Amino acid sequence: MELVVFVIAAAMVLVGAVGVIVRSNPVHAALSLILTLFGVAVMFVALEAHFVAAVQVIVYAGAIVVLFLFVIMLLGVDRAEDLKAEPFRLQRPLAAVLGLGTAGLVIASVVSARDAIGSGGALQTPDATGDGDSNIRQLARSVFGDYVVAFELTSVLLVVAVVGTVMLTRRIKTGKGD
Amino acid sequence: MLSAATPTTTWYLVLAALLFAIGAVGVLVRRNPLVMFMCIELMLNAVNLSFVALAKRLGDIGGQTTVFFVMVVAAAEVVVGLGIIVSIMRRRPGATADDVAELKG
Repeated sequence: MELVVFVIAAAMVLVGAVGVIVRSNPVHAALSLILTLFGVAVMFVALEAHFVAAVQVIVYAGAIVVLFLFVIMLLGVDRAEDLKAEPFRLQRPLAAVLGLGTAGLVIASVVSARDAIGSGGALQTPDATGDGDSNIRQLARSVFGDYVVAFELTSVLLVVAVVGTVMLTRRIKTGKGD
Repeated sequence: MLSAATPTTTWYLVLAALLFAIGAVGVLVRRNPLVMFMCIELMLNAVNLSFVALAKRLGDIGGQTTVFFVMVVAAAEVVVGLGIIVSIMRRRPGATADDVAELKG
């Protein structure tokens, strides 16, 4: 059963990821991205990270991809672009070599280290504890306990990002340019 | 029969490596800045997947906490990046990543 879930989710992730880089229309690329993000969310559930899976669906597949689609529609770039044009020769072969090299090296190191990764104690899972909220409770203790300063700083980060974006994109009414 | 092999942490890490490589190739070959951004999201998700896989393996909730922070930073990054893209596209409709090189100097 776990194997079936893994295979289906992995297929979603990889098909979506390839779709993002080969679809010529940015809207189709964004929709492929949703497929990948849902596949990753399924894997999070399989890995007993229930809260993170929910946040993945709400924030990533919901907010971020909608923001992408919103900008695509706003700018009117929802046309297929010509993927035949290559900015300079050898770009794609070099990119393919780099991609295969990255994947190969990381996979080789992961496989060679598969026994070296220790296995610590088990997470408190709902199945083990009989408490449906155990993942959320554990995560909340971590975020609001050990990492509370970082959590507060993310609120500063979000405010700075929003204010910065408003400054970047506003039109100056008095100036000649926009 | 199918339950004979259960996916281990290594499977998830291998999948994360593949996803990261696909994202990296996408950033290198695509010229539309929006699609390049989506490929960055793919790479961030690959890293999140390996964090969660290792959180389960090591029995440490810190991995999931890190994913939470990565998502917040990714949201902020998308907001700023899309703002920059909007202001570039407003001046030069249909700009690709190559055209933005004219900003230099």
